[in-house]
Amino acid sequence: MQHDNTQGANRWRRFDDWDKRPLRLDNFAVEDPENGFSAMHGANDPAPAFQRAGRNITSMDGVAEEQFDMIDLFIARYHLDPDIVDEAMALPSVEVARMLIDVNVPRGHLVHLAHGMTPAKLAEVVAHLSSMEIAFAYSKMRARATPGNQAHVTNAKDDPLQLAADAATAVAFGFDEIETTMRVSRNSWSNALACCVGSAVGRKGTLFQCSSEEAEELQIGMAGFTSYAETVSVYGTEGSFIDGDDTPWSKAFLAAAYASRGIKMRCTSGAASELLMGFHEAKSLLYLEARCLCMQRAMGAQGTQNGGIDGAPLAASMPGGVRELMAENLIAVWLDLECASGNDARSSESEIRVGAKILPFLIAGSDLICSGFGSILKYDNSFNPSSFNGEEMEDYLVLQRDFEADGGLTPRAEEALLAIRKRAVEAMSAVMEELGLGHPDEDMKASVAVASGSDDTRSYLPGQVSTISADIAHREITVLDAIRALHQRGFEEEAENLLFLVKLRLSGDYLQTSAIVRDGKVISAINDPNRYDGPATGYRMSEQRRAEIANIRGVLDKREVLRTEATYEAAETGRISYRTMGKAEKGSDAAEIVIGLSPAFGTKLFRTLAGHSLSQVLGEIRTGIEQGGAVARFVRFAHTADTSFLGLSAARLAGSGIGIGLQAKGTAVIHQKDRLPHNNLELFSNAPITSLEHYRGLGRNAALYAFKQDVEPVVVPTRGEALGARFHGRVALIYAIETGLTRDGADPEDLAIELAGAAS
Amino acid sequence: MSDRRLELDDYPLAETRPDEVRGARGLSLNDITLDAVMAGNVTMEDLRVTANALQQQAEIAQAAGRASLAANFLRAAELTAVPQDVIMATYELLRPGRAADKQVMLDAAQRLRHEFAAERMAQFVEEAADVYGRRGLFKFRY
Repeated sequence: MQHDNTQGANRWRRFDDWDKRPLRLDNFAVEDPENGFSAMHGANDPAPAFQRAGRNITSMDGVAEEQFDMIDLFIARYHLDPDIVDEAMALPSVEVARMLIDVNVPRGHLVHLAHGMTPAKLAEVVAHLSSMEIAFAYSKMRARATPGNQAHVTNAKDDPLQLAADAATAVAFGFDEIETTMRVSRNSWSNALACCVGSAVGRKGTLFQCSSEEAEELQIGMAGFTSYAETVSVYGTEGSFIDGDDTPWSKAFLAAAYASRGIKMRCTSGAASELLMGFHEAKSLLYLEARCLCMQRAMGAQGTQNGGIDGAPLAASMPGGVRELMAENLIAVWLDLECASGNDARSSESEIRVGAKILPFLIAGSDLICSGFGSILKYDNSFNPSSFNGEEMEDYLVLQRDFEADGGLTPRAEEALLAIRKRAVEAMSAVMEELGLGHPDEDMKASVAVASGSDDTRSYLPGQVSTISADIAHREITVLDAIRALHQRGFEEEAENLLFLVKLRLSGDYLQTSAIVRDGKVISAINDPNRYDGPATGYRMSEQRRAEIANIRGVLDKREVLRTEATYEAAETGRISYRTMGKAEKGSDAAEIVIGLSPAFGTKLFRTLAGHSLSQVLGEIRTGIEQGGAVARFVRFAHTADTSFLGLSAARLAGSGIGIGLQAKGTAVIHQKDRLPHNNLELFSNAPITSLEHYRGLGRNAALYAFKQDVEPVVVPTRGEALGARFHGRVALIYAIETGLTRDGADPEDLAIELAGAAS
Repeated sequence: MSDRRLELDDYPLAETRPDEVRGARGLSLNDITLDAVMAGNVTMEDLRVTANALQQQAEIAQAAGRASLAANFLRAAELTAVPQDVIMATYELLRPGRAADKQVMLDAAQRLRHEFAAERMAQFVEEAADVYGRRGLFKFRY
């Protein structure tokens, strides 16, 4: 230990440790309601209020009709229902908050009341709920029963081959929607074609959107490449709305325009966008978002993407900001909107904050849990890194399994994913060739199929993609051309899948609230409504779905453990022999240490958890004992497999009264014959990190105890590894093998052990 | 097609009445096959939702208690007859600061009304013209 300048140090060094954690990269801001930094209590938030003259709303949340801005006007005319407003606004907010979490108050009644509430009223009600209550209410109030999820599919080069491969991969994981955008905005047509083709591989019905400039996005939809849009952004103040280059009327027009072309549409809003744009009016995130959501319902949008989208990191910098994000999602579903519930832009560098953020939505379920799970690597995400990305995909899959919560995704086998990626690359290459857009060579294709991200590819670069994109737009290539090209080149299934998707437009079924496609059928809030009224109601996973979620990779079972041990056994055969010498009796040699071995030691199990062969471990212990001047005797016990009892039993047979208990997995103890079973002299409980040197030291110390000398205990140093997480699955399986061999009252047996290359 | 208003049980239309679901040129879901696409008998027009389907979806939305969604579907039904360039031009005009004065918007509304029988949409644009006047949006932005 180095003794540096700790004298005179004026800082607890734990702060140095804390400074190095990713958390400290996050911005945190003080609450400052005057400057818009308030989650739920803005300096200028109005109290809920209204007045009406007949069916005309003459004042809302403290603003008289003459003073209404565009947003007030739109909400007063198209959201507030004059038939409901008297009843709804008269209810005390706390009472309504209690109704939201009361399983006996039906969702339908609460939706009815919301249609008569002003933005300030909605905000005031949900502000009464704790985070847990918000999550619970969300689970009760969301519109469609079956939860779903949405992926981002983008890459840093706008490479169409990689987009196709990654779109197909996202489809394989089960995403209901995929969304792309571009590094270079003029590459939009190429990105749209590539994701469209990729999303048709493996399964039909995954909805797809290409986030780009409003007018262009609609044109891409008209060409049939995309099936939905969600970048119809709205804002909670007039100033930010105008800065965003729209009005409630222009956005409502766009909503109707999308529907008129048979394209699903949802709006986008979310905390802190007004603050980022500089037009917050000293109002809270929640109040402004309540205005956005009332406006979206008023426009006739079927749904929203909210819960802090680009503004999520800013919201998360404030006290209560994450709770506010949850609360605004709740208002969305309470208003009966489909909710793609954020969990999108990564709001923290801390994996703990990210994991905590997702949990309420994972267990509550949501129409689309993430409104952009980055299915690609972080650096390939052209929106910005998401909360969850390609890197963290398996973490998410395991969270589903942990909580038995349907997060919309399904684990997939390695070989299956590679096959899908190859097929998508081939399909996209075929389309490009047939349409005269390019001729990807074998090296380009191979590099993309196995690439984790665009750093690994030798394929198209953004400049080349611009030419392709311009070509698609200029030649007015449509989805029908892509379908024909796929069919022409033998991609029959993909051609059928794409045709299925564009035919959805004819009925308009997927324009209804919360619509996605599962098993080739549209499900929505109409035919799959969320009806939760307590335990055993609402969405529950089928046994089949539960099995799918549980089926992650690298799962242990007893057969696998025994198979592994069998390979070790073959290796051990030449190194050690165990000969049974009959019943073991108490020894009389004061220098004798007994090593008590567990039942499966060298009979069924052959390696410690640290990977040492048992012959090596026994050799080291014996050497240590001998170095200490004592003599080793080996005894097999079958009456117990417990380390403490092995050790104590061994000690009672030893002439010195000192024994070592040793399990096959490597757990070891030094015991003394007069001690209580669990009050040993030394214990190696962390077998996975116990080295051969440690075992030798253990033997030596046993000898020193026998001669009653001063002993420095052997300490197996841990660096805080979560050994339970790493090993306990295997330990439980191994230990069951040990306990399976125990017999009550079995006599101890002396063992003659011969190690190859050593005298016994 | 029956005269009764559609209910929740009539949804999804593609499953409950597949024969009635048709594209803008009259082809039904069953007509639009891969063979037909390969033979060149399917155009993007055939993949366009009709006013009729949107009116039916409006009835279903209404039956589900979603009046504002139904109203959007009815505005959309009107826009099915409006060509893409007029859609884009009208949208552009509705963005802030695009119209120099109220009359430009009122003219656009009249065109929707008279050329395309889009009465709901026309009223909506007229309402916007009125609001934009009140809120001072007829000003140059770029």
